[in-house]
Formats: sequence, structure tokens, C-alpha cells
Amino acid sequence: MVFTLKINGTPHEIDVDDDTPLLWVLRDVLGMTGTKFGCGQALCGACTVHVDGQPVRSCQTLVDSVGDSSVTTIEAIGQAPQGAALQKAWLELEVAQCGYCQSGQIMSAAALLKDTPKPTDNDIDAAMSGNVCRCGTYQRIRAAIRHAAGV
Amino acid sequence: MKGPITREQIVDGTAMSRRALLQGAGLLLGFALTGASTESVFAAPASRVVENEVTGAFAPNGFIRINPTGDVTLVIPMAEMGQGVYTALSMLLAEELEVKLDQIQVQHAPANDTLYANSFLHIQTTGASSSVRAFWTPLRQAGAVGRNLLIAAAAKRWNVDPATCRAKDGVVFDASGSKHLTYGALAKAAAKLPVPPAANVKLKDPKGFRLIGTRAKRVDSSIKVDGRALYGIDTRLPGMKVAAVAISPVLGGKAKTVDEKAALAVKGVRQVINIDEAVAVVADHFGAAKKGLKAATITWDDGPNGKISNADIVKQLEQASQKPGAVARNDGDAGQALAKAAQRLDAIYQVPFLAHAAMEPMNCTVHLQKHRCDIWVGTQAMALTQSLVVELTGLPKDAIKIHNHLIGGGFGRRLEADGTVLAVKIAKHVDGPVKVIWSREEDIQHDMYRPYYFDRLSAALDAAGKPIAWTHRIAGSSITARYIPSWFKDGVDLDAVECAVGPYALPNIHVDYVRVEPPGVRTAFWRGVGPTHNVFVVESFMDELSHAAKQDPVAYRKELLSHNPRALAVLSLAAEKAGWGSPLPARNGRGISVQFAFGSYLSAVAKVEVAADGSVKIKRIVCAVDCGMCVNPDTIEAQVQGGTIFGLTAALHGSITFKDGRVEQSNFDDYLPMRIDEVPVVETHLIRNAEAPGGIGEAPTAIVSAAVTNAIFAATGKRVRSLPIDTDSLKSSS
Repeated sequence: MVFTLKINGTPHEIDVDDDTPLLWVLRDVLGMTGTKFGCGQALCGACTVHVDGQPVRSCQTLVDSVGDSSVTTIEAIGQAPQGAALQKAWLELEVAQCGYCQSGQIMSAAALLKDTPKPTDNDIDAAMSGNVCRCGTYQRIRAAIRHAAGV
Repeated sequence: MKGPITREQIVDGTAMSRRALLQGAGLLLGFALTGASTESVFAAPASRVVENEVTGAFAPNGFIRINPTGDVTLVIPMAEMGQGVYTALSMLLAEELEVKLDQIQVQHAPANDTLYANSFLHIQTTGASSSVRAFWTPLRQAGAVGRNLLIAAAAKRWNVDPATCRAKDGVVFDASGSKHLTYGALAKAAAKLPVPPAANVKLKDPKGFRLIGTRAKRVDSSIKVDGRALYGIDTRLPGMKVAAVAISPVLGGKAKTVDEKAALAVKGVRQVINIDEAVAVVADHFGAAKKGLKAATITWDDGPNGKISNADIVKQLEQASQKPGAVARNDGDAGQALAKAAQRLDAIYQVPFLAHAAMEPMNCTVHLQKHRCDIWVGTQAMALTQSLVVELTGLPKDAIKIHNHLIGGGFGRRLEADGTVLAVKIAKHVDGPVKVIWSREEDIQHDMYRPYYFDRLSAALDAAGKPIAWTHRIAGSSITARYIPSWFKDGVDLDAVECAVGPYALPNIHVDYVRVEPPGVRTAFWRGVGPTHNVFVVESFMDELSHAAKQDPVAYRKELLSHNPRALAVLSLAAEKAGWGSPLPARNGRGISVQFAFGSYLSAVAKVEVAADGSVKIKRIVCAVDCGMCVNPDTIEAQVQGGTIFGLTAALHGSITFKDGRVEQSNFDDYLPMRIDEVPVVETHLIRNAEAPGGIGEAPTAIVSAAVTNAIFAATGKRVRSLPIDTDSLKSSS
């Protein structure tokens, strides 16, 4: 089936089965590899993107459910103020190790700060506990979110 | 754009148009396109793409290339998997070459044992927390050789004594400072000078270091916050297909039936390949490949291992360890000391199989052609990967091009090339490049696991409670016998017995090793290797001894470390910073551990709270570290934080078990990672000194489990002798 997806402000026409996960449309069909594959079951958050500003796991988001919604990925999150602040904080605090999960971490954090500009530790736990980091950068992730939020 | 990226979109002539395309796309495609002059590059902003042009470049050794435009390339022998090795190694080179860190572009070295072997392991391998230790001298020497030649070239041009010139930030100055030439301007002339032996060049006194020892920014961070970083799984090639794979759920099994027709009916599926041990569905994208694989409804012939269970494996280990093993160490006469002990302690400890579960699932891209095979992968083991592909394809070594990538988590998993081997077997049936991706389930269920170890310990205490004998028998699979045969000597696996005794002065010691290879299970190195297993066992048992002697665990260890000032110092520092001895509420406790491993001294104090239902909350970890000369203290702290979490995850949750030959866990819902709401703050306290640098990537993983289980003992009086921690056994009886 042919779909037109609005991704990072640009329409993209693609021809895939309607039950294709958005993740593979992004990565394999459109070549936007910043969004990562981690578990395929919405258990790790590596594939987090925004659909109309809400964080979703793209590995479990079927392409036909996206419709006219706007999709934002890591490649464009720096254009939003929260995304830019988080990327800066991530660099200042040297959060990333292997870096593989960090796209998803930043996407989850950006959604958090959009709704909750001054998050508490509990807010951070709630928003970020769906994102796994096997390098164990959580301490710096928490610090960087607080740093970006100025709390 | 419609459909998968096409050949025409990428293959279009020159480097210039490639670069323009890359910039235009806002994404760097980190793979070689054609020919040997486009070796895979470390993902970087397009403006920093390193074109691998040797012509006219100054390349005095395998590590440095300076072209006439002044670009300095460090050919990186080690793989970056988060440990910060690109930054640390760049710092070593920059310090002596006299360039700024941001003047250096890094590029993966090709497979070449002659140029790039790790001096610890003697092959081109990233492991054993050895990169800084192995390259501490060679890279500084490489930089010094380069600087000397560039200065010599400038001095020749100015007709002055080279000793009067100096270099700074990639520029050579004469004595007065009035004349200067950039490295780029000198590169061609320097390339014509004879290269002095590395051993003849004088290295800086550490007191004069301007970069080493600083919190320099990581060179790989910026591309890791906006999606530009390229891992093996991000490889994209003209005409590339993507394959999903189902591997026999039982090791040694074969695919019995495959519904190829159903798989091929899925839109985008191109091919179904049955290679017995696995079935691959090749498609235009992974979504289609995965759907096709499901439709293929494969049935399996389990083969000889279909009845294996964990209980049988443990029973086999338990029985094998009743008999003496190969002797690894024998000081004094432990048997006699045990016989006349005032008090004797015996204990059995066990640690489980563990999966690596790196965030980047196993994957490999292969383009097998008649006279050439290209491999795009993130690997810790370049040389091994190349040699296995030689065996599989029959092609000569120089026809196998391994394009290494950033690694989305190694932890030992990518020391193994089984993923590449499988991908090459599949690629033999595919016309054009194919990327094979394992699902998370395949990744966890077909890992090569940290061995299950079964340990028996005994100790003798004298009348004062001091240990006078220590025996430790370790039973488990030998990884080195397969992977590094030179480390398997006279029946002793030198990794399996590493840290089998703590850093203590003990008069009578006996350590032996019983090799037991469980059927149907592949074993491999896992972060912290031998010490991760042994330090848990040894430091727990040492805690048992202190309690049997009715002494404080810190004071007891101090008595035994008076000969070992560096171990004593980290122990004392960790205890002090953690507030050792200050009162805690009920069911709260502190525990300590100390180790010497990977050339570094560490001590950790854990503070835990055990709830009435037995659940364990880790409230604080204090870690004191003496890893000698610090190259980058921020990276060291990051490794302490992350390595600790890796160890805590295993202690709390990690266990791979087998039933009917199959791994029972499959994804992050049953092989649990720690998450942000569960982790404690990890405090790092560094002791700075001028000792030779030690490794730090694995040491924090090894140190932490015993600190936690000793803290649980302090909180509950219950001794944890097997991992993961069984919270049911910690329930409050009241």
C-alpha cells in the first residue's frame, strides 16, 4: 500500500504493507538510521520517535496507524527547543558511551520536558524508565535532563 | 523517496559527488563504495570525512597520516564500544604529536595483526580492558616519531638545528618563534626523511603532560546525540537486501520444514534461504523479512541437545567439582593448615550463565563477490573475523575487507565472530549485499554465554580468627581453551582462575580448576571476565571469614593488606567516603569489597535496604579507584558508573537458563536490565598517582556484586552464595 508520511516536516511516499512497523520504514525504506532497533517489543525505547509530539515506540507503531500525524525523529529533534537543550546538556555532561540507545533516550526526554518543563526525579523516573541503557549511563541521563531543564 | 534506497542514488562517481550527497542527506553513510581507497570511516560530520588518500601523505607509522592540507588522521587500532577508547587513544597521540585533540580525525584500522595487534593479547582485539595499557607506549612513541620528523623537516628547510625548534598545535616554530610552518606544509618533506626507531625517541615526562590527565571532551559524543553515529546495523549499500534470521532454538539442531511459499507471498520478500542451522528470509526491508520469517512457520529437528536442562548442567558441575582439578596455585600446605584449624569454614558459591544483551542486536552486512568479500560490522575482533571469513570463502586474506564500525555495546559479545560467520553463509546464496539482523529474541537465545561456575571454598582460621589457609576450586567452561589457547596451560584456564584469591597475604593457598563443558551451550567472555565471577566469590567468602572471626569486615581486610599499600589505600578511602561504621536503620546494611584486577585497584562499598518482602534497594555505591596514571578522569568515572550498573544488573536480575535445550529467556521482559528508576548514584573517588595505567572498563563490574551481597548480609544476616540474588530467601521472618 502507498502511504504518505510526514516526517520531520517533509512528506515521504512509501509503498509497504500496512502492518509494517514505522521503525523499518524510517530505517530501511527511508534510510533514516538515527532511530534504533533494540527489542522489537516496545521494551527498551531505543526506537522512540514522536507522533504529534507524543513519544511512541516505532517498533510497535504500524505504518497505517500514523495517518496524517507528524512524525519527528532524532534527526530533527534539535530543531525543537527542548531537543536542542537536551543535546547540549548531553554533550556538556558527556552522557553517551556506546551511544546506541541515546537517540531514544533524548526523544523520551524531549517529550518529558515539553509537557513538564521542570521535572522532579519522580517525573524523570516515570518518563525514562521505558528506555534501557546497557552501558548504564542513567546517572548522567538524569543529571543532563535536570541540567537542560535548569532544575 | 519511494522504496528502498537505490543503487543510482548512491553509486555516482567521484568522492566529490559522494561528499555532496552525504552533506545533502544530512547523514553520513559510513561505508566504502568501491575500491581500496575508501576504507570505512568512523561516522563523523560530513565535513570531517576522511578520504583515505595515502598519496602525498605523511605516514611514518601505522597510526598517523598527515596529508598536505594538514588533516591529521589517527588510524585507530581498537574498536569504540562506549569505553571512550577513541578519545583516550587520540589523547595519547595528540600529547606527543603536539596537535590539538580536535585536529585529529579517527579512522578504523583495517585488519592487520602486524601493525595493530594489542600487545597484551598479541592479536588485533579490543578486550581485557587493555587498550590504554597496550597502546600507552606505542601511541605516544608514534606521536613522538611523527613530531620529530616534522620538526626535522622544518629545521632542514630553515637550515637550523632541529633541537632549537619546537612544535605546538600542529605547527613547527623556530627558536625565535618568528618562523613557523604547519604540519600540512611539512608533510611531504617529512615523508622523505628516514624514520627513526620508535624506541630511540624521547617521550615526555608525565609532569609536562598538557592533555593526558585532563577531562578532555569525547571525540565521539556529538554524533551520538543527533542520530549521525553509524553502527554496523546502520550500513546501507546500493542494492542491499535485509535478512531476518531464525537460528535453531537448540544448538546443533536443523530446520526440518519451512513454508517458503508463505514467506515469499509477503510483499517485499525476495528469498528464503535454509542453511540447516538457520533459516533466513531476505527482503527489501526488515519489516518484510520479519513478517516473512513468521509466515515460514519453521519446524526444527532438535538434534542431540534437545533434552538439556539447567538442573542437569548444575548437577554435572557439582559432581565434577568433587574431584581435584588442575592446580593453578599452591603456596605452603593448605591441607595441613586446614587440618589443624581452630575454626574451619566451607562454602559453595555459584554464578549463572549470562547473556550480553548489548543494545545493538547482532548484525552483519556481507557482500560476497567472486574475488572479494566485504564485511560491514562492529567487531571487537578484526583479525579473528577476517580469518574465519577466509576459511568460509576460500578467498585470500587481502580479499577480505572488514569495515569496522562503532559498536552499540560489546561487553565481550563482539569478540566472537559467529554473527559474521552466519551472515557469510547466508550471503553465499544472495546476489548482492545483504544485511543480516538478529531479532532481540535471537540475540538473547543464541548468545555465547558467560559460563556457569560452581566454586568450592574452604578456609582455616587460627585461634585469633586470622585466616591461615585458603582453598578455592573452580568448575566451569573454559573460554580460553577455545579462544586464547596460550592462556590454557596444563589444564588451567588462566582467566577462570584470575582473582581466585584476593590481594591478601595468606600463608597457605591452594587453587584448582576443573574444566567442564556443558553440552549444547556456547560460552564466551563477558564484561569483567574471570574477576567478575571470582571477586564475587572471594570477597563474599572473605566477608564470611570476618564474621566467623567476629571482626569488622573492613578492619579484618586491613589486617591482611598491610603488605599491599595500594589495595589498602582504596579500601580505606572507600570505607571513609561511605561513612563505614555509622549507624543505619533496621534491614539496612553496608558491604565492602576490594580487588586487584586488570592492573587497577578498586574497592566498593554498597549501601542497601532489604524490604520485608525480600526486595533489595541499592541506595548508594561508593567506589575508590587507583588505576595508576589517568588518561581521562571523566571517562574513568563514566566507566565506574556504567560498569557498576552492568554488574548490579547481573547481581539482581541476570540469569540465562536452559530447558529442553532451549534458552528460557528471550527479551528485556524476562532478561531484565536495570532501569533508571532502579539505579543508585555511583560515587567515584580517584587516587591520582604516576603508576602505570591500569584497565577500567571491566573492573567496576567485577567489584560490585560482593559489596551488595555483603551489605545484604549486614542488613539481614543472610548470606547470598549464588547469583542472581534470590529475594524470596531474604523475606523478613517477622
